[in-house]
Amino acid sequence: MSARSRTLALHGAVVAAILALHFILPDYHHGILARTMVLAVYAMAYNVMFGYTGLLSLGHALFFAAGMYGMGLSSIHLGFSPGPAIVCGVAAAFAVSLIVGILALRTSGVALMIVTLMFAQAGWYLVLYFGEYTRGDEGFVIPRAARMLAGFDLADASNRYIAALVLFAFGLVVTLKAVESRFGRVLVAIRENEERARMLGYDVFRYKLGAVVLSGTLSGLAGACYGILFGYVGATFASVQYSILPLLWVLLGGASTVLGPFVGTYFMTYLIDISSAYTTAYMLVAGVVLVVLTLFARQGIMGEVRRRLIPWLP
Amino acid sequence: MAAVNLLATKGLTRTFGGLVAVDRVDFAVPRGQVRALIGPNGAGKTTLVGMLCGRIAATSGAITFDGRDITELPAHRRIAMGMAYTFQVTSIFARLSLRENVALAVRRCGRLDERQVERKVAEALSRVRLTEPADQMAGDLSYGHQRLLEIAMGIAQEPQLLILDEPTQGLADSEIEGFNALIRSMAGATTIVLIEHNMDVVMETADYITVLNFGEILAEGKPQAIRADAAVQAAYLGSA
Repeated sequence: MSARSRTLALHGAVVAAILALHFILPDYHHGILARTMVLAVYAMAYNVMFGYTGLLSLGHALFFAAGMYGMGLSSIHLGFSPGPAIVCGVAAAFAVSLIVGILALRTSGVALMIVTLMFAQAGWYLVLYFGEYTRGDEGFVIPRAARMLAGFDLADASNRYIAALVLFAFGLVVTLKAVESRFGRVLVAIRENEERARMLGYDVFRYKLGAVVLSGTLSGLAGACYGILFGYVGATFASVQYSILPLLWVLLGGASTVLGPFVGTYFMTYLIDISSAYTTAYMLVAGVVLVVLTLFARQGIMGEVRRRLIPWLP
Repeated sequence: MAAVNLLATKGLTRTFGGLVAVDRVDFAVPRGQVRALIGPNGAGKTTLVGMLCGRIAATSGAITFDGRDITELPAHRRIAMGMAYTFQVTSIFARLSLRENVALAVRRCGRLDERQVERKVAEALSRVRLTEPADQMAGDLSYGHQRLLEIAMGIAQEPQLLILDEPTQGLADSEIEGFNALIRSMAGATTIVLIEHNMDVVMETADYITVLNFGEILAEGKPQAIRADAAVQAAYLGSA
């Protein structure tokens, strides 16, 4: 089997398995998986920048929220139907990531973390400041009537699951295509040795900017879809928590693996879900698991799978 | 008609604080020449080539390459014009395979399909006589072989000008012979600027030699003339 068909078969099988689970899973777990798939697209987007390009952002909530608010505000205030509202969200995330990228990429390393964090905090404050439109912390609900996409009621759990799966499959295709393209190879080269990449004649800044914009725009798509699928837009999604979460998901699941972000998101969701049944200090459990993973499985879950079992895993 | 000199500098200067590392250097390399750049440690050789390829900004002076003033161009644009640079301190993609290391160099140079890339990669690796499996991690190579890989990445770009900064450091004698043969095989087609401490390599490969000392050109000439030059001997070669 060629490398390409092997990769297609694996990821196709994952999508098919999730589709099969649609008919099997009890309601509660069905809902968690739908939510996880949308957030996993956010994690995949984060992974393009962090895992493949080696750029650590602490401000991705800005892009997620740009997509979510671009969708939500245009839906509520301008009366956009879901399709155009999502496009509006994606366009907002594209523009924000382009501008933030141009400015933030003048720095690197720790400075880049701080700058992205500050941009995201500014975004969060903007949401609160314009509370008249955004309803601040409280957020707003997308009415059921505004969640009809191509005749499908996205408030319905079953439709929502399928829509999330379509989005998830799209995210997989985009990241697979990106990392296997020339563009993706150069991103990895920049992560591995930026100076060498520059001295091979690659315009490092433009490639990094490309990574930020791809990552930010895909994050925005995830944010817009999250808002429309779950019918709620709120400032929490612009807060620092939502900048840290994708980093944790990616670290847990395996940076620079295509399936790692999904595995990490799913794993962490259940980790918190199960541990919070026993203790209110559930984040402590998550913290301990992270420490253990970084000590004993530094490459995350799928990174270890690649190292031990499937060396060709993309 | 193309200029005789592929590369020329005029009054090229670089200061670091109060230290003048390169002092008003006029340096010209005709097309197809193998030019050795020698001089004691700290003479400014690496700073000079750093300015040529754009890693270091010039304090003053001008650089022309292929008939164009490139003084203000960023490094990646100069490389895209047909320069290739190999680092003094080995700089490879240690966690990528040999194949991918060289393929990154090949792919930048034009729209090739992956089969053509693969062929050029194999060719570059065999020209530097690297026989390790191409899917081996570059970081697992011995130091000397990492140097060879770096040279392979340089020639894989099929540059007009190849700048090699101490390429034979850490190579075994037999590998140095291979290197000399490689340089001679490229002579004429590719212009080469070679910083080198191993005088046997210099004498064997160079058409012409420039000697730097304290950031200035001390002497220039054919290998035999440089060997006989009393000032060069005093500054660099020793009296032996």
